[in-house]
Amino acid sequence: MQLLLESLFNGVAIGSVLLMAALGLAIVFGLMGVINLAHGELIMLGAYTTYVVQLIFKLPALQPVYNTYVLVAIPLAFIVSGVVGVLLERTVIRRLYGNPLETLLATWGVSLILQQFVRSVPLAHAAGLMLTLVLGFGLPLLLPQKLLAGPRRRLMCAGSWAVSALGGVLLAGGLAAQISRIARATSRNVDVTAPKWMRGGIDYFDITFPVPRLVIIVITVVAVVGVTWFLNRSVWGMRIRAVTQNRSMSDCLGIPTETVDVLTFGIGSGLAGVAGVAVSLLGSVGPNVGGSYIVGCFMVVVLGGVGNLLGTVLASFAIGLLTDLIGAGRLLTVWPDMPTPLADVVNFFATTSMAQVMVFALIVVFLQFRPAGLFPQKGRMVEA
Amino acid sequence: MLQVLQQRRWPLVLFWVLIVAAVVAAPAVLPVFRLNLLGRFLALAIVALGIDLIWGFTGLLSLGQGIFFALGGYAIAMYLQMNSSADLPNGIPEFFGLYGVDQLPGFWEPFHSPVFTLIAIWLIPAVLAAVLGNLVFRNRIKGVYFSILTQAALLVFFNFFNGQQKLINGTNGLKTDVTQLFGQLVGSPEMQRVFFWLTAVVVILAWLFLRWVVRGRFGDVLIAIRDDEPRLRFAGYNPTLFKTIVFAIAGGLAGIGGALYTVQSGIVSPQFMTVPFSIEMVIWVAVGGRGTLVGAILGAVLINYAKSLVSEAMPQSWLFIQGGLFILVVTALPEGVIGWFRGEGPGNWLNRLGIARRSTTYPRLDREGQEEVQP
Repeated sequence: MQLLLESLFNGVAIGSVLLMAALGLAIVFGLMGVINLAHGELIMLGAYTTYVVQLIFKLPALQPVYNTYVLVAIPLAFIVSGVVGVLLERTVIRRLYGNPLETLLATWGVSLILQQFVRSVPLAHAAGLMLTLVLGFGLPLLLPQKLLAGPRRRLMCAGSWAVSALGGVLLAGGLAAQISRIARATSRNVDVTAPKWMRGGIDYFDITFPVPRLVIIVITVVAVVGVTWFLNRSVWGMRIRAVTQNRSMSDCLGIPTETVDVLTFGIGSGLAGVAGVAVSLLGSVGPNVGGSYIVGCFMVVVLGGVGNLLGTVLASFAIGLLTDLIGAGRLLTVWPDMPTPLADVVNFFATTSMAQVMVFALIVVFLQFRPAGLFPQKGRMVEA
Repeated sequence: MLQVLQQRRWPLVLFWVLIVAAVVAAPAVLPVFRLNLLGRFLALAIVALGIDLIWGFTGLLSLGQGIFFALGGYAIAMYLQMNSSADLPNGIPEFFGLYGVDQLPGFWEPFHSPVFTLIAIWLIPAVLAAVLGNLVFRNRIKGVYFSILTQAALLVFFNFFNGQQKLINGTNGLKTDVTQLFGQLVGSPEMQRVFFWLTAVVVILAWLFLRWVVRGRFGDVLIAIRDDEPRLRFAGYNPTLFKTIVFAIAGGLAGIGGALYTVQSGIVSPQFMTVPFSIEMVIWVAVGGRGTLVGAILGAVLINYAKSLVSEAMPQSWLFIQGGLFILVVTALPEGVIGWFRGEGPGNWLNRLGIARRSTTYPRLDREGQEEVQP
């Protein structure tokens, strides 16, 4: 019983990180058919955002509320990654709709640039740049439409960008002056220390549940429920689904498809940022942190079936449970006196990386029977 | 010869003469270090040729060519290790001692034989590619799904080779530059010169072979698979077979390239199977020009040369340049350099400069049904 519970918890914990990371990808890939290889780097940006927020909360002025920095980091990470995603969509991906292979290569290029960006640009300056982008994109949405519609439209746009740039420069300068750790560029990995209430574990049934893992599970549940609600119940969610099903028909009915594209991509990227917060709670953060998640994310989406959130959820928990089952060699614990050759095989795969080998092999075998994943999209097209 | 000249094929003859002259003369002109680099890049060009066959002509974007590349490298490295460890006390390669292994793992045994190794270099990757490819193709998994699965396979192989110290020395890889072949050190300048010539010859042979493959009816089927696979299927062809064959050919070429690269770089390690390296291979082809075999060779050599130059001068900026190259090529130059020259690229530029005469053509039907009038 205890063993089962522990195994289940570990599997769910691994699965929920995977799910959090894959959720944004499932939206972008499933709804838009865009392969975003820079997704891992958007996760990385979220993780770095958490790091910067944590350092800001260490400043004397904010020291009393230090313990709540994670709650601030989540929306900020969402915004940062979301804005970068929107920028990516508007500059690169927009030109490549309908060419998934080209998109794949272009987004890989973006991911390389982002990796080198966090290596060679000081985080303080990066934060300033982010503020500029967020304000630059955000101000026109917040200002009253009347101001923007008139003949002074150009002037207003330029003005809002100028204000944003000023804010960005101020923030960058301030951060660089106050926090010496992010004033210079470094390619070394950084560590996010969890707040006090997040350390340690909760004992229950003689098992210790580490609190960060529990927090990640909670974040994941909230994110999945939120996304499901948004896609199925809100107006914009309905528009997104409509555009997914039939783009030209939606266009005819007056749905602004370009806005829908931007919105979908922004939300998918923002979720990657939230995943970054989760990732930063688990281990150190470096420029390559995204690369270690991206392949697993794609396997989740492929296994779950494209355009289906339930499939994504089930697939990530299945992969998480299997990884734990194989990687910790739990079969041996359950059945200690299994025949030697079998025990050798189990031991051979009982490390994290070898478990990944086994899980991917199993996924390929599974795809032999269900080529389109757990929940295939139904259709009558030749190319489904 | 005279007839050739009369047929106005002298540019072709001149081209070949220049190529042969360059290959023969390169060791005399270039310093050893540069020659070695050029040899490595030519070995990579063999891999790029394979990628051009499957991607440029057949439309299969494989992000896992590193598997086959590394397998070829491991095959030759295992032979060289065995060859030069005969007079060691145990008769097995030295590194096994580090992990307390005193008996040779079974799969090393066949690599005693040079003939087996020469066959294994291309046959093992080709067979593996055929098996993996067939498993994917027969389920009609294609497009990006194929790319993702090849990438996952790459990660699987990387993890496997990276983790198995006792079988193939894990992360450290197998060194070849201190091993012996025909009583000579593999890393010596004389051997490196031989390897350079060998690589150049293999590149030319591979190019001729692929040209023969893509020019016949077989090549037409490949292009049909790329452009409209369902229609080809309805016409009674079985795309699975064709795709499996070309994927196997590309795998075999990657294996040969990997073996030649390994003997020139002096080591084979799981680093050959990392995800970035395999995607990099794709960009060589994209820059050179998809569907133009010369473009693959050119792209591989040029980009790697640029990479080594930039990395020597400004190591920080190479990733920026490479990333920018990915974006630039797919958005602004989808045909690649060679494709741009063969297509309307130069004409368009001349048009814009007002030099070339504008010609009116019929509107071209685009894929989405939108008409697009070409200048």
